[in-house]
Amino acid sequence: MAKTPYEVIGVKPDASPDDIRKAYRKLAKELHPDLNPGKPEAEARFKTVTAAYDLLSDADKRARYDRGEIDESGAERPRYSYRPHAEGAQGWKYGPQGEVNAEDLEDILSMFGGGMGGARRGRGPRGEPFAMPGGDRLYVLTVDFVEATAGAKKRLSLSPDSWLDVTIPSGIEEGQVLRLKGKGDPGIGGGVDGDALIEVHVASHPYFRRDGDNILVELPVSLAEAVLGGRVPVPTVTGPVSMTIPKGSDSGAQLRLRGKGIHRRGHAEGDQIVTLKVVIGDVNDAELAAFLETWAQTHPSDPRRGMTTP
Amino acid sequence: MIGFDELLVRLRGLERRELTRWVENRWVLPERHAESWVFHEVDVARVELIVEIRRDFAIDDEAMGLVLSLLDQVYDLRRQMRRLCDAVATQPPKVREAIRHALPHKVNDG
Repeated sequence: MAKTPYEVIGVKPDASPDDIRKAYRKLAKELHPDLNPGKPEAEARFKTVTAAYDLLSDADKRARYDRGEIDESGAERPRYSYRPHAEGAQGWKYGPQGEVNAEDLEDILSMFGGGMGGARRGRGPRGEPFAMPGGDRLYVLTVDFVEATAGAKKRLSLSPDSWLDVTIPSGIEEGQVLRLKGKGDPGIGGGVDGDALIEVHVASHPYFRRDGDNILVELPVSLAEAVLGGRVPVPTVTGPVSMTIPKGSDSGAQLRLRGKGIHRRGHAEGDQIVTLKVVIGDVNDAELAAFLETWAQTHPSDPRRGMTTP
Repeated sequence: MIGFDELLVRLRGLERRELTRWVENRWVLPERHAESWVFHEVDVARVELIVEIRRDFAIDDEAMGLVLSLLDQVYDLRRQMRRLCDAVATQPPKVREAIRHALPHKVNDG
């Protein structure tokens, strides 16, 4: 997120022109390139600060920025329009509460056949019943990572007293669309009902990642656990399990928990792949440092031996 | 899709309690997810619309409810009309021609 010009200068959004000038002069003195020769970072900041001041010191530009008409670089922000959204696939969401489109539309259709005996139901040009399939409706649903891997039942509220029950299949992927037959707009004059299309978004997880049907997780282990090995608890999408760390495991070593990944119908079971990350812990541990100093003298090694210098 | 706080950052000057009230009034219908709100594109566009109507036309809270309800009805009619046009477009040329002839050219003609 780009900083606002107010943040760049270090003033509040309601600062007076005088405050802005003072704050700018203070920064300019600190950062001026002639006073900071050979410091490119000061020069870069000076440019940012000057650009922010150019915008804020011009009352007209400042007002336009505050109204959101221009961005922090002074460029015009594209004018948004609500219409394409309202008329797009998601626009129904803000339709009149509890609407039933079929009836309104049948009223309109009955106007077409209005001269033919005042038919209440839709009629075609020659008076035959006018059948029309219902439209599809698009819904958006966000599930969390674990729900997406294991599958879940979700209830999508349409209005305070109506909902759709949606079964999320295990292993669903970000952006996948589920189709619920006949849950869209009702058909008219005997036409088939439309479908509900549910676009599923998967929220990211603090430590699980996904690679196909495998789950990836980075597991911090202590220096002692890495060198001596041992059993440690590991989180999986179905709950914690115990895993053995082999003696002498390096940082970056990968261990596989078979069958702990995603199980999709008709696919081989995925695994969880655990990548070890050795964490030293207290880096100021004097005892450890003293031990390593003596130990290093008798155990010379070069882990970068294989790297050739260009 | 973006969260509540991100939306506040994007719309400089919009206060937290205002956006909260708009959601409570059901002027904006973000998706409830994990104890917070997720705004999809249509919701963000709607918040921007409310901000603009309020600023440019000095519409207060009470009138805003009415304005939004009228706007929603217009868009609903337009959606219905679109469906009807789509249905007409799938008719054979003869039928489309007949409909075109049957339409009055001006309101006065009818």
